[in-house]
Amino acid sequence: MTLTIRDLSVAYDDVPAVRGVSLEVPDGSVLAVLGPSGCGKSTLLRGVAGLEQATGSVAWDGEDVTRLPTHRRGFALMFQDGQLFDHLTVGRNVGYALRLRSRGRAARATEHARVEELLALVGLEGYADRLPRTLSGGERQRVALARSLAHQPRLLLLDEPLSALDAGLRRHLAGELREILTRAGTTALMVTHDHEEAFSVADRLAVMREGRLVQEGPIDEVWRSPVDAGTALFLGYARVLEGDAARRVLAAAGAPAAAAVAVRRSAVVVDERGPLEGEVRSIRSTPQLQRLVVAVDGLGDLDAVAPLDHRTSPGDRVRLGVDVTRVAALAGD
Amino acid sequence: MTTTRRLLGLGALGLLPAAVLGVFFLLPVSGMVARGLVVDGSFEPGAVLEVLTRPRTGRVVWFTVWSSAVATLVAVLLGLPAAYSLHRLEWTGRRVVRACLLVPFVLPTVVVGVAFRQLIGESGPLGPLALDGTAWAILAGLVFFNVSVVIRVVGSAWESLDSRPGEAAAALGASPAQVFRTVTWPALRPAVVSAASVVFLFCATGFGVVLVLGGLAFSTVETEIYLLTTDLLDLQAAAALSLVQLVAVTGLLVLAGRLRAVPDPTVRRTTAPPRRPRRGDLAPLGATALLLLAIATPVLSLVVGSFREALPGGGSTWSLENYRALTGQGDNQALLVPVADALVTSIRVAVDATWMALLLGGLLAVLLTRRSRSRTERRVRSVLDGLFMLPLGVSAVTLGFGFLITLDEPPLDLRDSPLLIPLAQALVALPLVVRTLVPVLAGVDDRLRQAAASLGAGPVRALLTVDLPVVWRPLLASGGFAFAVSLGEFGATSFLARPDAPTLPVVIFRLIGHPGRLNYGMALAACVVLAATTALVMLAVERLRVPSLGAL
Amino acid sequence: MRRTAFLPTLKPALATTLGALLLSSCSLVGSGDDDGSATDAGGAEPGAAEAGGTVVLVTHDSFSLPKKLIKDFEADTGYDLELRSNGDAGSLTSQLVLNAENPLGDVAFGVDNTFGGRALEGGVFTAYDGELPPGVEDFALPGDDEGALVPVDNGDVCVNVDLDWFEREGIAPPEDLDDLLDPAYEDLFVTSGATTSSPGFAFLLATIAEFGSDWQGYWEDLLANGAKVVRGWEDAYFVDFTAGGGDGDRPIVLSYDSSPAFTTDGEGGTTTGALLQTCFEQVEYVGALAGAENPEGAQAVIAWMLSEEVQAALPESMYVFPVREGVELPEDWARFAPRPEEPLAVDPADIEANRDTWLREWQDLVSR
Repeated sequence: MTLTIRDLSVAYDDVPAVRGVSLEVPDGSVLAVLGPSGCGKSTLLRGVAGLEQATGSVAWDGEDVTRLPTHRRGFALMFQDGQLFDHLTVGRNVGYALRLRSRGRAARATEHARVEELLALVGLEGYADRLPRTLSGGERQRVALARSLAHQPRLLLLDEPLSALDAGLRRHLAGELREILTRAGTTALMVTHDHEEAFSVADRLAVMREGRLVQEGPIDEVWRSPVDAGTALFLGYARVLEGDAARRVLAAAGAPAAAAVAVRRSAVVVDERGPLEGEVRSIRSTPQLQRLVVAVDGLGDLDAVAPLDHRTSPGDRVRLGVDVTRVAALAGD
Repeated sequence: MTTTRRLLGLGALGLLPAAVLGVFFLLPVSGMVARGLVVDGSFEPGAVLEVLTRPRTGRVVWFTVWSSAVATLVAVLLGLPAAYSLHRLEWTGRRVVRACLLVPFVLPTVVVGVAFRQLIGESGPLGPLALDGTAWAILAGLVFFNVSVVIRVVGSAWESLDSRPGEAAAALGASPAQVFRTVTWPALRPAVVSAASVVFLFCATGFGVVLVLGGLAFSTVETEIYLLTTDLLDLQAAAALSLVQLVAVTGLLVLAGRLRAVPDPTVRRTTAPPRRPRRGDLAPLGATALLLLAIATPVLSLVVGSFREALPGGGSTWSLENYRALTGQGDNQALLVPVADALVTSIRVAVDATWMALLLGGLLAVLLTRRSRSRTERRVRSVLDGLFMLPLGVSAVTLGFGFLITLDEPPLDLRDSPLLIPLAQALVALPLVVRTLVPVLAGVDDRLRQAAASLGAGPVRALLTVDLPVVWRPLLASGGFAFAVSLGEFGATSFLARPDAPTLPVVIFRLIGHPGRLNYGMALAACVVLAATTALVMLAVERLRVPSLGAL
Repeated sequence: MRRTAFLPTLKPALATTLGALLLSSCSLVGSGDDDGSATDAGGAEPGAAEAGGTVVLVTHDSFSLPKKLIKDFEADTGYDLELRSNGDAGSLTSQLVLNAENPLGDVAFGVDNTFGGRALEGGVFTAYDGELPPGVEDFALPGDDEGALVPVDNGDVCVNVDLDWFEREGIAPPEDLDDLLDPAYEDLFVTSGATTSSPGFAFLLATIAEFGSDWQGYWEDLLANGAKVVRGWEDAYFVDFTAGGGDGDRPIVLSYDSSPAFTTDGEGGTTTGALLQTCFEQVEYVGALAGAENPEGAQAVIAWMLSEEVQAALPESMYVFPVREGVELPEDWARFAPRPEEPLAVDPADIEANRDTWLREWQDLVSR
């Protein structure tokens, strides 16, 4: 019961968009493909869904589905903007896939019950008779999700399911999405450009750039050791330092030397006993801590954090330590 | 205050179309009907009622309704796969095919009828089917002339349809047929109903086709009105049938309005490029190929015929003689003017008719698709919508005679105005323009206009920014259609044309009206010239690109 | 290579052509060249007609005369001749009658002897006061006592046969209307409809003239013998007739007595012939419209239509015979288009009184 993608390539008018991607998504797990806009991740998803002509192979549980048309693959694709059917009510949108598969009065009753159940699952009880255009963005996405889950597809493909939403809603729905997918035991392949979204929904992570897969693995593994500077920056590391700077930061963290190091914004901490020293350039308070930019001697500007009760102001000199769990050593180019 | 200004603005927008329709349609038709109802100065509807109770009237009305309905259905069924293949799929030559598909629309009925009959006649290649003179031949002819309406109207709506809802459905497990039924069809339905109602009206008032292909065994309301008016001068009976037409057309329009209504007319438009055909597209492509073949056969037989020169004493040979004869007046006096002159006249009139139809149709479409803010406003809109379809459904004879008896006194003595011919043709083309533009404009999310307004765009600027980019291609398509309608129009033109400045169809009609193999060959050659001109103009129109208006 | 070289030149060419079309094609603006003078002259005072002015000739859509003759007329008389066409002969007459109180022009040409009665009844025309050239009087419409309708041309609608076909088949061609009922000619005759074509109506009148009140019986037998009725003359002649160019399969067709002049075999003969005992005579008239704005001009047009030049041009322009005596015919016409001596005829008043009934009865017969 595993999705296996082998050497998948898709080209638009001879311009390759996806180049030889191979991936596996085990049963019941959620894999997030992370990459910047235009890296080919949506095209990869469309290729898996059968919406683009692709070379290579897509197999489910050992069965090759590469030649099957979209509707025979038994996958469901949830679009970035939901793609609800505007001429159908919410209830009929959600029940759409069920109606495709059965008819008759008994089926209608089952459909009704299942639709209610799904709407409850996504927190939209009582919305069945509304038209999509009367819904907010978040509600539309939930309907789209319910619609994709209705016929219990063996694989759910999610194309930036939350990116159209505002930040707060996105964080909230990401958690819900994770819970809904886990509860339904759905195997899912999600693409996104937002690493937070990927972390909160997926078990495993794959990073794509310029049509190629650059890294794949369990989330914490990818997170801890990004394969190169670009990946590190994309995963949310604030800066990548090289050469002497990298060596000094790693030394400060007590880690072995490497050609480069990726540093998170919270990796450098104001610490009176810290090995580094610099001049505070700016301070910004957040609810949990203070964020500083410090001109570290011989290293240049670095982000740093300090507890809320630490009093300092621009122009002050401070000592800094490095949290080894918040830096990642990178191999050189 | 603002409401009043808004309504005044809308009213002003409708003023020109309403005035044109009033003077050039309502006045002549009511004048003609009144002649039938008023006998010796007193109102006598009795005679009209008597006509309606004649069994013959019933037969004629029934035949008109069923033959038009069946022909419309067939045209829609054949037109849909072709609209898909020609507007959604990318393949070499589709532009040329699209341009050529309009050719049947402009060919003179008489000549196509003759070409058709040479195929299906007793000694023709399809003779064994014994179609000549049957209702089937009439249906085939009606479909031949009108299927391009379906392809064009539905195609331009289909072209800009977002493909992603369909993909979403497929991803939920819908087969292509289910995708079509549950997603594509609801989005296309307004356009299909629009096309079907126009085709139905064309069929119901189709005149030459019925007579040429059906022989004399079949009469439609239109042929009957012609006979009653021109030969028998029985104006009461003609008025009765004209009233039947008006009532039936009104009923049809109400029905079509109902069928067109959708819960949410907003359609997401994209400029998604057509894609290359896949294996699943074989069926529509095959159906399209068959349709093209069926349409091309009579046209090809015309082309072949135009290159045959009759030899004295029988037989014929390949030659360009027919075309050479067209270029001058030569010894053949049937050509009062060289065909080149007639072609120029035709094109001049067609350009006028096109801009008139686009101007009036564009104003109307904008008027019809602004959001109604009250029930009355909505009512007024739907009445207007139907009113401008009427000219398609009313006999050209009634209209032509009406012109002459009502527009005869100053200030409306327009009987010999050069306006008359292009205007008459524009009235015929107008519903096509409106029906192509309205679904597209109605699909524009009103919030886009509001957004433009909130950014400081006046109504005109908002129109240019929001509506024009969306409507540009359909506007071109309907402009092409109007042009074709005008190039091929014969009925009204033959009433109004000046003999020393005939249009090409009039010349063709004159050529085919006289014996002599050269005359016949020249008529065929002139048809080919007309067809080629149409196809070239359509091709040029297709090549016009949307200037980038998004930045306005 | 060729293709790429071709495209760039095509695009500007297309653009230029389109642009030129758009600029030059406005028929409303650009129509000045040939009727600018007419408009100027049209503005002349009423009553100043002798000094020129416009004269409007209303006619049907088959009207055609060489441009040179029209120019000569305008030069000789000082009038500008404006032509206005209004449908076919039937609708022309109907329109003239409907607009009798506010005429469509000054003079009308194209009303024929099958519709003449209606025009007279409707008071459409006023008398011509010029001299009639020799021979014209013979074609006057019976019942037109004041001479309002002036004959211009004539021609006979006759059954035509494909002589070659009959020779090949070794059958003698038919000679008169009765012969068409002979089983030997079963499925060989095609005619155009009386309700849909002017020659078709003339043929119906021929059978009425021949068989009187029993014409319906004749038609029943004719249809029973496989006669085919199609819409127009062109359908019958070009599609169904064996010698019409369309490779039809019926060697007997309804056409005109002049038609054999168009089927010459290049060896001094013609391959078709008209059956002179089946002919119905059609005469076309010109007349000055009552209440015309330019009555003098109308009279001048009538005189011109009777002139030798116009009369001589009629065969090749409008496929009809002149009414004026002594006008020379084209060579082929003179040789291959013999005229019937006593064509069949029906009194115009009878036609006017019975047209409705006859056409309805006929239509019921053929659509049965």
